[in-house]
Amino acid sequence: MAIATFKIWRGDAKAGELRDYTAEVAEGMVVLDAVHQIQATQAPDLACRWNCKAGKCGSCSAEVNGMPKLMCMTRLSDLPLEKPVTIEPMKAFPVVKDLVTDVSWNFRVKKKIKPFKPRPPDAPDGTWRMRQEDIDRVQEFRKCIECFLCQDVCHVLRDHQMHDKFIGPRFLIHVAALEMHPLDTQDRLEELRNTQGIGYCNITKCCTKVCPESIQITDSGIIPLKERVVDDFYDPFGWIWRWLKKRSDRQKVEALKR
Amino acid sequence: MPDYETFEHDVLVIGAGGAGLRAAIEASAAGVRVGLVCKSLLGKAHTVMAEGGIAAALANVDERDNWKVHFADTMRGGQYVNQWRMAELHAKEAPDRVRELEAWGAVFDRTKDGRILQRHFGGHKYPRLAHVGDRTGLEMIRTLQDHGVHQGIDVHMEHTILSLLKDGERVVGAFGYERERGRFKVFRAKAIVLATGGIGRAYKITSNSWEYTGDGHALAYDAGAELIDMEFVQFHPTGMVWPPSVMGILVTEGVRGEGGVLANKDGKRFMFDSIPENYRAQTADNEEEGWRYCQGHKDARRPPELLTRDHVSRCIVREIKEGRGSPHGGVYLDISWIKQKMPNAAEHIKRKLPSMYHQFKQLADIDITEQPMEVGPTTHYIMGGVRVDPDTQMSRVPGLFAAGECAAGINGANRLGGNSLSDLLVFGKRAGEFAAKFARENSLGKIDNDRVDAVAREAVTPFESRDRGSENPYAIQKDLQETMQNLVGIVRNESEMRDALERIGSFKARAEKTAVTGNREYNPGWHTALDLKNLLIVSEAITRAALERKESRGAQFREDYPDKDERFGKVNTMISKSPSHSMQVRLEPLPEMPDYLRQIIEEMK
Ligand SMILES: Cc1cc2nc3c(=O)[nH]c(=O)nc-3n(C[C@H](O)[C@H](O)[C@H](O)COP(=O)(O)OP(=O)(O)OC[C@H]3O[C@@H](n4cnc5c(N)ncnc54)[C@H](O)[C@@H]3O)c2cc1C
Ligand code: SF4
Ligand code: SF4
Ligand code: FES
Repeated sequence: MAIATFKIWRGDAKAGELRDYTAEVAEGMVVLDAVHQIQATQAPDLACRWNCKAGKCGSCSAEVNGMPKLMCMTRLSDLPLEKPVTIEPMKAFPVVKDLVTDVSWNFRVKKKIKPFKPRPPDAPDGTWRMRQEDIDRVQEFRKCIECFLCQDVCHVLRDHQMHDKFIGPRFLIHVAALEMHPLDTQDRLEELRNTQGIGYCNITKCCTKVCPESIQITDSGIIPLKERVVDDFYDPFGWIWRWLKKRSDRQKVEALKR
Repeated sequence: MPDYETFEHDVLVIGAGGAGLRAAIEASAAGVRVGLVCKSLLGKAHTVMAEGGIAAALANVDERDNWKVHFADTMRGGQYVNQWRMAELHAKEAPDRVRELEAWGAVFDRTKDGRILQRHFGGHKYPRLAHVGDRTGLEMIRTLQDHGVHQGIDVHMEHTILSLLKDGERVVGAFGYERERGRFKVFRAKAIVLATGGIGRAYKITSNSWEYTGDGHALAYDAGAELIDMEFVQFHPTGMVWPPSVMGILVTEGVRGEGGVLANKDGKRFMFDSIPENYRAQTADNEEEGWRYCQGHKDARRPPELLTRDHVSRCIVREIKEGRGSPHGGVYLDISWIKQKMPNAAEHIKRKLPSMYHQFKQLADIDITEQPMEVGPTTHYIMGGVRVDPDTQMSRVPGLFAAGECAAGINGANRLGGNSLSDLLVFGKRAGEFAAKFARENSLGKIDNDRVDAVAREAVTPFESRDRGSENPYAIQKDLQETMQNLVGIVRNESEMRDALERIGSFKARAEKTAVTGNREYNPGWHTALDLKNLLIVSEAITRAALERKESRGAQFREDYPDKDERFGKVNTMISKSPSHSMQVRLEPLPEMPDYLRQIIEEMK
């Protein structure tokens, strides 16, 4: 069986270094398998997060050969194994230990976003009607598994550490999903522009490139949001547009109910 | 007692999957202070992985559906050893729980007239599963999480509970550690809801994650609660079998719901030859009818691939054993064939089963729109768990509630797909409601400091163990998994299970001698050592219960008792801890079913 070498970052908030390990490579193996093998045989206290092993939970984010990746979806056969494979923790967040980072900031940011608030139910059975075409895009954003790889790669957070001024791509599309939800009645444009810092995004699209769910973060989410924010700011009558839009949505839905 | 950081809540919920979150939301809405602990980050619990959908008789797609049909389907699927009252409540309340998710922001796939779309699943007579592509669990957990964080719930992420604390008969708190720093914490509470999920890590081939070490089952057992139905472990028929590193990862039943077919190496659809008598009237007898069913034709009957999971798994095992399996020891599951039936089949498959497409493409180099998949059974779910009152979800230990996969009763001998997510919502809500009520009627109890000290001391022994021995916790876990897989798996018999019990005994002895390196900060080796205790308790419980049920029913297949035995159709196995701390098993008569439900079952036969 082939043997591959791994350089894995070991350490904590104070200090750390890359250490060498080896693993036997079997067919179909992913990076997370190698980490588990190393845990079971050479470094039982090597810390990493994982749950589903199938790209569904967003726990196992790390930087593999410098690229932000889900370890469970990165095949060893796609990496050049003649060189050591480096595995490091995400850089945009403080290290806890080894590959585990402190991502609690993300949970705090989300809590501050105005929650979903639906209009009163208006279908005869006490619920709502929504057309599939009207929710396709919202569903695309809701595929997000909160792996925070997009947050990791966004230069506003990674290089400029503007965590207190900018919510990052993950939460911009979270806001977009809420704003585009056909039933929602809240307005989040004011805070998007001010406290959430949408203006700091200069559409480099790095976030979209790393998203394991292939969500079109920038094109489908951030850019339309930016347009709305700009319209709203320069055009105080922007609310009329929104009001008209929500009214026409409702009319379409009325038609469905008939 | 050293000064452990101590938290006080009215209701403490252990577990942040669907059941735990729903319970926490309900308790919080009732106006009590709620704490929520979980081993992973919020939103990463097992529920996130659920794919196919939530079963609820909304009757959006087929107006003939209603709670009675759902009830009858659940009882039939469970081979009538379910707790009838839970099956009744579940069928009646699931539709409201699903609509409630929509009111909290969930975005389900839609019917043409704009309502929640429902899909076919095994054992459900009508299309009943509300879904979002094949990522329904993600939608559900995210909706509950995003709603829940605004309800004033205190969340303690990445904390593991090691023991429940009692004051006399009553449970009054829990003791555990924070994974990040390894520090011990005390949680005082007037009522506790267990929502810790399942036990899949006791087996080698499983769709379950590291979290599924049966903690809630073991915590409840240790605290004096009873476990029922532990012999009923669901082996899902379709897990991935190749490459080895993904063995066990789930392939959703939704593939078959969308028209996917099972075939052996000769290309034969073997399920047509093995339709059990009690399902014959409801099952298609030719391929065309099966396909029409998947296309929503109301006069068509379901294809045999959508028979219950226990049955399909056994048929797959038979094909493999008799030499008709696929090259890597599975059988074929093919959805690509539907291109003969519809234009744009590839697009259709990608839209309906996006994560399956992705999973096979990325992990196995297989394009499921072009090629068949190779699949085989994988340990998936446990029907057994904490015995609870059907209405309140309280165990026999006052103040201790349980909901979701770690509780038992609704599923009987076999769970229907989709009935777990609805179970989490229905009984999570009930557990939250009645735990809050209990908390309001009781005050905080006294914490037993000696007990806390003892648990803490025991927990750190693996660090001090140079002189005790040096067992590697990962190796013990692996040996246990092999034992359960080989000796207490899909096909069981007395002698193998006796052998398993003996081995479990030796693993217990080894588990006392584990040694780990490093310190207490985020140390997976240490965590694995601590989880062993729970894994061993649930493994023993499964084995003892399986030995006691001397018949084959639902998920339990005994080759030494291959038939159903009426006497066992009237009882549940029940496990509890004896005063001398050994594990006791006995048979407990099922509660008498009232006539109006009996009648429903008769009518739907
Ligand atoms: C791949 C897959 C697909 C599935 N698809 C479907 C489907 O389509 N439909 C369906 O109905 N069902 C499905 N199921 C089953 C269903 O997902 C689970 O049964 C269900 O999600 C369990 O939910 P729960 O709330 O009981 O527990 P979980 O969601 O597993 O949550 C358990 C929680 O308890 C916590 N916990 C455990 N032990 C401790 C401890 N000691 N201390 C602190 N916290 C602890 C965990 O951290 C976690 O937060 C699927 C299961 C799998 C694995
Ligand atoms: S597009 Fe915007 S959000 Fe995305 S990485 Fe670039 S700056 Fe960050
Ligand atoms: S948007 Fe994509 S990259 Fe960002 S957190 Fe969600 S899934 Fe991960
Ligand atoms: S382990 Fe769940 S995404 Fe990798």
